[in-house]
Amino acid sequence: MKGLQQLIKRRETTLAIIIVMFMILISFRYPRFASPENIYDVLNDTAVLILAATAQFLILLTGGIDLSISSIMALVGMLVSMLNMQLPDLPIPLVLLITLILGFVFGSINGLLVGFLRIPPIITTLGTIAIFRALVFLVSGGQWVSAHEMSALFESIPHRPFLGISGILLFTAIAIILVGLFINYTQKGRAIYAVGGNRLAARLAGISGSKIDFMVFSFSGVLSGLAGLLYVTRYAAAQTDTAVGYEFQAVAACVIGGVSVLGGSGTISGVLLGSFFLGLLYNALTVINLSPFYQIAIQGAAILVAIVANTIVNQRNQQKMLAKRSLI
Amino acid sequence: MTHNAFRTLLQSWDFTITIIFLLVMLAGSFISPYFLDPGNLLETTFNFIEKAIIALPMIFIILCGDIDVSVGSIIALSSLAMGAASEAGLQTAGLVSIGLAVGLLAGMLNGWLITRFEIPAIAVTIGTQSLFRGISQAVLGDQAYTKYPESFAYFGQGYIGGTNIPFELVLFLVLALLTGILLHRTTFGRKIYALGRNPVAARFTGIPVNRLRFIIFSWAGLFSGIAAVLLTSRIGSTRPNIASGIELDAITSVVLGGVAITGGFGGIYGVVVANFLLGYLKFGMGLINIPGRVMNLVTGSLLIIAVVIPELFKQFDVRTNKRRTAL
Repeated sequence: MKGLQQLIKRRETTLAIIIVMFMILISFRYPRFASPENIYDVLNDTAVLILAATAQFLILLTGGIDLSISSIMALVGMLVSMLNMQLPDLPIPLVLLITLILGFVFGSINGLLVGFLRIPPIITTLGTIAIFRALVFLVSGGQWVSAHEMSALFESIPHRPFLGISGILLFTAIAIILVGLFINYTQKGRAIYAVGGNRLAARLAGISGSKIDFMVFSFSGVLSGLAGLLYVTRYAAAQTDTAVGYEFQAVAACVIGGVSVLGGSGTISGVLLGSFFLGLLYNALTVINLSPFYQIAIQGAAILVAIVANTIVNQRNQQKMLAKRSLI
Repeated sequence: MTHNAFRTLLQSWDFTITIIFLLVMLAGSFISPYFLDPGNLLETTFNFIEKAIIALPMIFIILCGDIDVSVGSIIALSSLAMGAASEAGLQTAGLVSIGLAVGLLAGMLNGWLITRFEIPAIAVTIGTQSLFRGISQAVLGDQAYTKYPESFAYFGQGYIGGTNIPFELVLFLVLALLTGILLHRTTFGRKIYALGRNPVAARFTGIPVNRLRFIIFSWAGLFSGIAAVLLTSRIGSTRPNIASGIELDAITSVVLGGVAITGGFGGIYGVVVANFLLGYLKFGMGLINIPGRVMNLVTGSLLIIAVVIPELFKQFDVRTNKRRTAL
């Protein structure tokens, strides 16, 4: 019984209930909305956002922010696409490996600047969002890599079925599960929460904030790189303005999922639900024939409602806790 | 000059940024004979004055340890309102009032959400960034407002009297002076610094912390409204993507100007110089045909280097001091 009460109190449960209610509501207008096929489509559309949001989530946990996610996505996406033009028959595992390494390299540049040169994350990534985006332009000479220049093998990465699900979902699922296991069940993973909760206390407990910063930014780079590969292969084009604005969308998904931008609190399931909610919202606009031009406004309203609701619930919980304590 | 005073001067950011600015001007004059032409230098200010105006209230916000990423979207919303009003037949005075009022209201909404619910500014302004931008996109779709009265063009395209000094530039200098006085010569400014260095102590001293933050976010909204008037008037049209990304440019110039992102330190002088520095740097790079996106490589690197070097000095100092005390 107590377990059930706790489950109901959790933010993720509230969000899940809202998602279900939202799906029922839209289903009145469009019965197929809640069908497994449509949900599968939404998941496919949301996979890239889920990866970007997970990348942002790791940084938000430490109390930082990563503005360069979108630029790393574009840069890695462009580099692997150009590699594919040169070597069209490179096997998929090798392409993946190169993607992850590239993502790691760019992410660890952020990590070095934040962790060891002690530049605040927002300034570091404000600089690298411009630098990485400029590099996309420099390496490509401002040209696109379009569908007919990509090999069939490369383009098939997101669609090709593996183990019964699409490649894009498989890679995303593996990444999410690994991140989830890492942050919940390993010492280093818990250290991320410790640093985000109270950096000084963490240091006194023997956890180096610098090393954790370096680690999360490197991981964020790896996840962004993977997101970039899936983005360019799914849309079959690598452009100079690939994924512009994804850094804020990723924050939005996290915030809706209950991740605190002050650090130290949030769960991977919240991030998943937050991203899925945004994905459903975009999908709902299309199926009920609302102009796609409304998308951003509705997204903004959803973010504001979510954070205000979260705050009100938190404040109420705190008051209850204080009241309980005074009774004792 | 004593050794110590010289050292302090070298370590002052205002001094460093002035030197960098002079170096840019020197490099520019070597690169092209057209660079140091007074007419060109004045004409170029059209390209960065709106950004510089946004940077002014951003100083207050960053000094408080907050951030506002919605200013570009406020410009879009304000420009949208002016466009719609102009279609309805309103004249210049009315348009300007509407532009400023919408900017102020949008800033007040930010301030209210941040202070009433105690939500971090970054979360709120990411939300309003997409809300305000989204409203202008929902209204305009793929259309644009392009019908503006002729006299409206003066704000963004006009010159003072018979000279070739742009109105925008003079307005910016006046606003910068006003900001500087507020910041460095009034109790309002001292309170902002107190709040930025230690919010808890500030509250215990009796500074109305949340009222102050509400005021500065509203202030940023009003200045976004001013920038919207200038920008709309200069380009003569309102599209949904107007001024997108301007917030990151403004934050960059404030940080490059020496305002600490963690709050409490920095001033008006560095930020004004940083804006001219960035503007003329881009002008110079444009003269030698460097594409716009590649310019970002330079400005991004400059931002990081500007923050790394003092940090390296500090770490080096700590190390040598340790060695000295060890001896």
